[in-house]
Amino acid sequence: MAANTLKHALFCAVVTLVIAYPILGLNLEAEGINVTLAGADTSTVISVIAAAIVVFLFQLFRENILSALKSIPSPLPKTQKEPMAENKRARIESWVLTGIVILALFWPFFVSRGSVDLATLVLIYIMLALGLNVVVGLAGLLDLGYVAFYAVGAYTFALLSQYAGVSFWVALPIGACLAALFGFTLGFPVLRLRGDYLAIVTLGFGEIIRILLNNWTALTGGPNGVGGIPDPTLFGMEFGRRVKEEGNVSFHETFGIAYSGEHKVIFLYLIALVLAVFTALVIRRFMRMPVGRSWEALREDEIAARSLGLSRTAVKLSAFTIGAFFAGFAGTVFASKQGFISPESFVFLESAIILAIVVLGGMGSQIGVVLAAIAVTILPELAREFSEYRMLIFGAAMVLMMIWRPQGLMPVRRIHIPLRKQE
Amino acid sequence: MQDLLYFFQQLINGLTIGSAYALIAIGYTMVYGIIGMINFAHGEIYMIGAYTALIAITGLATLGIAWLPVILIVALICAMIVSSTMGWAVERVAYRPVRGRHRLIPLISAIGMSIFLQNYVHLAQGSRNIGFPALIDGGFQFGSADSFQMSLSYMQITIFITTLICMTLLSLFISRSRTGRACRAVSQDIGMANLLGIDTNRIISATFVIGAALAAVAGLLLGMYYGSIDPLFGFIAGLKAFTAAVLGGIGSIPGAMLGGLILGVSESMTSGYLSGEYKDVVSFGLLILILLFKPTGLLGKPEVEKI
Repeated sequence: MAANTLKHALFCAVVTLVIAYPILGLNLEAEGINVTLAGADTSTVISVIAAAIVVFLFQLFRENILSALKSIPSPLPKTQKEPMAENKRARIESWVLTGIVILALFWPFFVSRGSVDLATLVLIYIMLALGLNVVVGLAGLLDLGYVAFYAVGAYTFALLSQYAGVSFWVALPIGACLAALFGFTLGFPVLRLRGDYLAIVTLGFGEIIRILLNNWTALTGGPNGVGGIPDPTLFGMEFGRRVKEEGNVSFHETFGIAYSGEHKVIFLYLIALVLAVFTALVIRRFMRMPVGRSWEALREDEIAARSLGLSRTAVKLSAFTIGAFFAGFAGTVFASKQGFISPESFVFLESAIILAIVVLGGMGSQIGVVLAAIAVTILPELAREFSEYRMLIFGAAMVLMMIWRPQGLMPVRRIHIPLRKQE
Repeated sequence: MQDLLYFFQQLINGLTIGSAYALIAIGYTMVYGIIGMINFAHGEIYMIGAYTALIAITGLATLGIAWLPVILIVALICAMIVSSTMGWAVERVAYRPVRGRHRLIPLISAIGMSIFLQNYVHLAQGSRNIGFPALIDGGFQFGSADSFQMSLSYMQITIFITTLICMTLLSLFISRSRTGRACRAVSQDIGMANLLGIDTNRIISATFVIGAALAAVAGLLLGMYYGSIDPLFGFIAGLKAFTAAVLGGIGSIPGAMLGGLILGVSESMTSGYLSGEYKDVVSFGLLILILLFKPTGLLGKPEVEKI
C-alpha cells in the first residue's frame, strides 16, 4: 500500500514537472525571423520545482491531509434558528433592494467620473448576465454565442444612427427587438439539438456574426468599426457642449448651469441603471409566471415536462428570445456609451466572461448573478497588476466551481407561493 | 488546363489541412464516444503540442544539432510527451470529478479549462505569434512556368504520410490490442465494462492520452505548414476539428478522418474560389447544417434515446 502511494505520488510530481517546465521554464523569444530559446529566471524554475514537491507531498499524505481537513470544524456554525417566514423575508428583501437602488441613483453625484463610467460598464454586464441567466440558468440551454445578440443590438443602433439618424430612444426598442428576432430565428431550428450540440452551434453562430461584421466592409466598416454614435438625449436635450442636431437644445443651457462633461456620464449611468432594474424586474416577473416555471421544469426533467404537455420548442424558444432581447438592450447602451464599436468587442471571450459571471453567481439566481457581475468587472480594475491574470483566474474558477459548487456562490432560492388554507 | 491545375491545387491544399484536422478530430471523437462529453480544451492541447515542438526545435538548434530527421523525431516525441501528459492531467483534474453529473457541468468545466490553458501559455510565452521554421522546403512543380503552376511541396507530402501512418497505427491499436478492445467495450457500455473487470478510469485516461498525442503530431505538422504559432491558434483549429468530428459522425474514428478531409477541401475551395475571409463562415455553416439535418453525421450510428 505504502509503496503504491509512493509510486503514485512520484508519478504526479513528474506529471507536474512535465506540464509546467517546458512551457514556463523555457521561453521562446522572437527576434525578427530568428527564434531563440531563453531559460526563465531562477524564481520561475524554483517555483515549478516547489510546485512538484508540493504535489508529491500532498499525494503522499493525501489520506492524512483529507481526514485532518474533515476534522476542522466549519467556520460557519449551523444556526439552530428556524428560517425566517417566507413573506417576512420577502418583505425585508424587497425593502433592502429598493434601498440599494435608491442609493445607486444618488451615488454618481458624489464620486469621480471614472468610477461612474466603470459603474455603467458594470450595469451593462449585469443586464447581459441577467439575460444569459434566463437562457443558461433557468432554461438550461448552454448558449456560447450570446455575444452575437449583444453585437446585433450595438450594431443596430450604430448603423441606424449612421444611415438614418435615429436617436438612442428610438433605437433602443428596435435594437432589442432585432436581437430578439435573431434569437428567435436562430433558436427555431437549433433548439431541437441536445445540450452540448446546442452549445457548439451557438458558438459557431457567434463566430459567423463576428466574421460577417468584420468582412462586410460596405455596411459595417469592417474591422474599423462604426464611430460617431450619438449620446442619448433627455427629452430632446443634448449633453454635449454644442448642439449637434437641428431642433435640439443643450442640457446645460436649458437649466442655466455650467457645462460639465460629467452630466453625460451620469446620465448614461442613470439610463443603464434604470434599464438594469427594468431587466431584473421583468425577468423576476417571468420567473413567477407559468412560462418561467416551465423553463425550470424543462431544465430539470425534459421527459417529465413534455409528458405533462409542455411544448419543448415554445418553452425553449421563449427563453432564447427573451435572453436575446436583453442582450440587444445592453448592446444599445454599450454602443451609446462607447460612441464607437468594432467587431473586436464581440469576440468569444466576451461570451465566456458573461457565462463565467452566470456560473459564478449561481445559475438561475438573480442576486448572485448581479453580485458576480460586480465582482468580475470591478476586481480586475482594483488590482491593476493583477489584471493580466484575470482570464487565467476565470478559467480556473469555472473549473473549481463546477467541481465543488456547481450551484454557484449564491444558489437560487426557489420562489414559491404557499397554498391558502382551505376553509 | 490552367483551371484544372488551379482546382487540383486547391484540392491538395484542402487535403493537407484536412488530414491534419482529422488528427485533431480523433481526440474529440474518441472522448465523445466513450464519456459523451465535448473536450473543449482539446484545441489548447494541440496548441501546447505545437509550442513544445517549437521549443524542442529551437533547443536542438541552440545545441548545434542540424540533422533533420533527428530534429523532427525529437520534436515529435517531446510534443507528444508534454501534450499527452497535459491531456491526462486535464482529465484527472477537471473532468473526472464532474463525470456523470448533469451534461452542462463537464462542458462548462471544459470551457474553463480551455480558457485557463490559453492564458497559461499566453502568460508564459507571450501573446505575439512566433515564427515556426519551415524545416522541410521544396517540392514538385506542375505546369508551365509562365502561367499558373501547381505545387506539391514536400511538407504537404510529409503531412499526408504522417497522418496515414498515425491513422493506421491507431486503427491497429483499436482493433488488435487489449487496451483497444477495452476502449471499444467501454464506449459501448461503460457500466457493463466495469462489471467485467475493465478498469474504466484507466481506459478513459488512455483515450485522453491518445487523443492528445495525435493532437501534438498535428501541432508540429500544422505549425511547420503555417509557419507561425500563437496562444490563440488552438481555439479555431479545435473548433474546426470538432466540426470535422461531427461531420463524420461523432464517436466514429473513420468518420473523423472523412470529416476532416471534407472540411479541409471545402475550406480551401472557399478560399480559392470565393474569398479567404469567409472560409470560417463556411465551416461553421457546414457544422450548423449537419447538426440540423443529420446530427449523427456521415458515418455515425443513430443514437437511440432511452427513457
